[in-house]
Amino acid sequence: MMSRQIRRIGVVLALMLVALLVNITVIQVVLARDYRERPGNQRLLLAEYDRERGPILVGANPAARSVETGNTLRYLRTYDDGPLYAPITGFYSLIYGATGLERTENRVLTGKSDLFFVDRLSQLFAGRQPVGGAVTTTIDAAAQEAAFKGLKGKVGAVVAIEPATGRILASVQSPSFDPNLLTSQDPEAIRTYYEELKSDPAKPLLNRPIVALNPPGSTFKLVTAAAALASGLYTPDSILPGPASYRLPLSTSELNNWNRKECGPDGKVTLKQALAISCNTAFAWLGVQLGDEALRKQAELMGFDKGFQIPLKAATSRFPAELDEPQTALSAIGQFEVRATALQMAMVGAAIGNNGVTMQPYLVQEVRGPDLAILQTTDPIRYADAMTPLNAAQLTEMMVNVVENGTGSNAQISGVRVAGKTGTAETDNERPAVAWFVAFAPAQSPKVAVAVVIEESGATEISGNGLAAPIAREVMKAVLR
Amino acid sequence: MSVGSQQLARRQPSRRGAELMLLGCAWALGVLGTLQVGWATGEGTPSRLWVTVGVVGALALVMHIVVRIKARYADPLLLPVATLLTILGLVMIYRIDVASAQRAERNSAPQPTPDVYAQLTWFAIAVVLFVAVLVLVKDHRRLQRYTYSFGLLGLLLLVLPLAPIIGTTVNGATLWVRIGGFSFQPAEAAKILLTLFFAGYLVVKRDSLALVRSKFLGLGFPQIRDLGPLFIAWVVSLGVLVFERDLGTSLLFFGLFITMLYIATQRRSWLILGSIFFAIGALLAYQFFDHVHNRVIVWLDPWSYADTSGYQIVQSLYGFANGGIMGAGLGQGFPNFVPFANTDFIVAAIGEELGLTGMFALLLLYAVLIERGLRTAVSVRDSFGQLLAAGLSITLALQVFVIVGGVTRLIPLTGLTTPFLSYGGSSLVANWVIVALLLRISDRARRPEIHQIDADDALTQVVRRV
Repeated sequence: MMSRQIRRIGVVLALMLVALLVNITVIQVVLARDYRERPGNQRLLLAEYDRERGPILVGANPAARSVETGNTLRYLRTYDDGPLYAPITGFYSLIYGATGLERTENRVLTGKSDLFFVDRLSQLFAGRQPVGGAVTTTIDAAAQEAAFKGLKGKVGAVVAIEPATGRILASVQSPSFDPNLLTSQDPEAIRTYYEELKSDPAKPLLNRPIVALNPPGSTFKLVTAAAALASGLYTPDSILPGPASYRLPLSTSELNNWNRKECGPDGKVTLKQALAISCNTAFAWLGVQLGDEALRKQAELMGFDKGFQIPLKAATSRFPAELDEPQTALSAIGQFEVRATALQMAMVGAAIGNNGVTMQPYLVQEVRGPDLAILQTTDPIRYADAMTPLNAAQLTEMMVNVVENGTGSNAQISGVRVAGKTGTAETDNERPAVAWFVAFAPAQSPKVAVAVVIEESGATEISGNGLAAPIAREVMKAVLR
Repeated sequence: MSVGSQQLARRQPSRRGAELMLLGCAWALGVLGTLQVGWATGEGTPSRLWVTVGVVGALALVMHIVVRIKARYADPLLLPVATLLTILGLVMIYRIDVASAQRAERNSAPQPTPDVYAQLTWFAIAVVLFVAVLVLVKDHRRLQRYTYSFGLLGLLLLVLPLAPIIGTTVNGATLWVRIGGFSFQPAEAAKILLTLFFAGYLVVKRDSLALVRSKFLGLGFPQIRDLGPLFIAWVVSLGVLVFERDLGTSLLFFGLFITMLYIATQRRSWLILGSIFFAIGALLAYQFFDHVHNRVIVWLDPWSYADTSGYQIVQSLYGFANGGIMGAGLGQGFPNFVPFANTDFIVAAIGEELGLTGMFALLLLYAVLIERGLRTAVSVRDSFGQLLAAGLSITLALQVFVIVGGVTRLIPLTGLTTPFLSYGGSSLVANWVIVALLLRISDRARRPEIHQIDADDALTQVVRRV
């Protein structure tokens, strides 16, 4: 009868079913990723824009928040002071991904973090979209604004830290970018703006405060001075040779003071005075006496050679390995291959101000649930005991002397004792010198330590005191107010 | 009842209890699905939930009772599987209603009329026809008497959309008929009538069609004169394609006719000839008809036409990709991104929200339905019943393959409804009539022989008359 034919047709139909199943498996498993990420696919965009992403808070105010739009893309990520907080929030673009806290805290902001376990459980039953939690930063809005204002028109960065805790109070860069333009709902505009940022030689997308590495120049003399005190062989009043120029050991190269003058009468100077006038020859000599090992050890206790995650990934500041004597001499004054971020130099200042204790820097104060209940608080973590309290107190006094009687006069704040150190560093290439200022205040039990780095300013006279110290002063004033 | 027949009846149980239990499961799944849509979309528990699920439950119960009385030995899986598919369709249509309403709300546009209540009404009408078929058609063999009437009626329905005034063109295809405020797709009814016609016709003619007059490449080929029916089927299919621009229906009819011809004659040569005719037709259509040409071009490279003619298929693929293995979850995808989400592309919505897992479950449900239909075809003893059951199952199978293959870009996209799932009355009613016919045939196939001599059993009176 016909049963055999029907069975054969059945086999053919079964094969057709297999073809459908295989094809669907290929689409939903193998090709799914590719399809999801196709430029024309709005679903990912929509899925993200469809759920309310939690805010990133500075104090009680959101630096980044989701705003209901009323159209198909239900929520729009908005940054009220976009360029001001860009190095902290980063951007959240569905074309270019996310950076900054938008990236590192994504699981909290989308509500997918394990911290929300209970909420997630109830959402699972209801089949609801998870609602994002809030991230509260350690940023001090006044300090951030002061730094941003000071950097306007320059290329550079500012980092401010609370010395006792390691809380980052300000992290500012210039030039910055507007994350609003990268999260807009117009893909074409996003692409245009991103390409513009990428081709900008000033690199606005670089997270300058924590990623840009520059030679720290004379601000590194703080590390050298700390190493000298730690050795037990030197006190602030120790007499060092401070000639107008110093012949580097084992070579014919000469190292000059910035003013090509002797640092003191008869080419002799105290350690305290050498710091106050930023005497290159004295510190180069001191570095050679201490040796590269001692310098490196001191630098590492203050955070060098370690990549911090705050939770944004900071660049590792370097004190070079295996140095000969001339290299050690140059490194002692923050030249040669010593490289530091603004974050690192702020940590050096903070450690001195904090009785010699280096604290781990951090940017996230709290994580809150969708109902604003605090789910997680960051506790300060001791990173290292970089100096004894006595040495720290001595170095602090030396730094106060820098501001009150030395090169850092522009950092003075009336009624407040400010500790500081200037720096000007030559870079290898054709770029202008980099101006630095590292400071903390009040000198006894400081509330804020700040590092300012100016890479380019257009100014003809480049000095840490002229360019960087006024910005540091304003940031400190903002915190102390 | 004699002792012997009772024993036999016990040995071959009717399995109606299993059917009822499975129906209960299908109904419960529907309730849970509806609740999940409501909760996940933030709409909350649907206001008329208990009315609608009550109506669906009542309809399913009515069908079960009618089967219990009128087709007691029928296959116990056919009804629950078809019901589950219909319920899944209702849930998805409700889901897409919610999405459309929410979109309208966001755009401050007027609220669209929900489709789910219309579909529920159509389900009720489908149940009425289902009951009518089981009550009126006491033995499927009686249908053979009307072979030519069915054929004529089927052809008439097929060309009806071309008639002036009542014929309507929707989205480029002329397959609608509108009378008063009431519109339907006659092709859906035509597919059943023509299957009935093919079955009746082929049972009679199969001997002459199976005659081998010439041999070629080791295969026996029929004589030229007998090619007539094949040729007519081919021309009609092409006609549907050209004049109604309905690629799906055209494919469905031709495929159905060829396979039924093969089953009836048991000659593979018909399949080969049919394939050649198909190839010629496809080539002609590709060369001369823009709408077919476009479909193929878009199929080969939808990405280049992502904003124009490839928009649907590309959105459909995005939907499937978004679903992934586990799916976005009911109520959590963007099903209304695909145009015609609740008709042609309802499978894309399921793929997005229920994922690969859901798609496998869905296709296996269809596989069970079709396998049960083919099993009925194999086990029923009369040739007409065999051909009819096979034909009806193949109709379902081809339709599922063409539409699911189309929306997943396995084959070029052709507009066809997804049986039981798609929004649309004609399709739902027609597919439920198919289920009723399959139940009628399977009741015959599975009925214990012994009952034929039980004079007092009402069910067997039909048998005796034949």
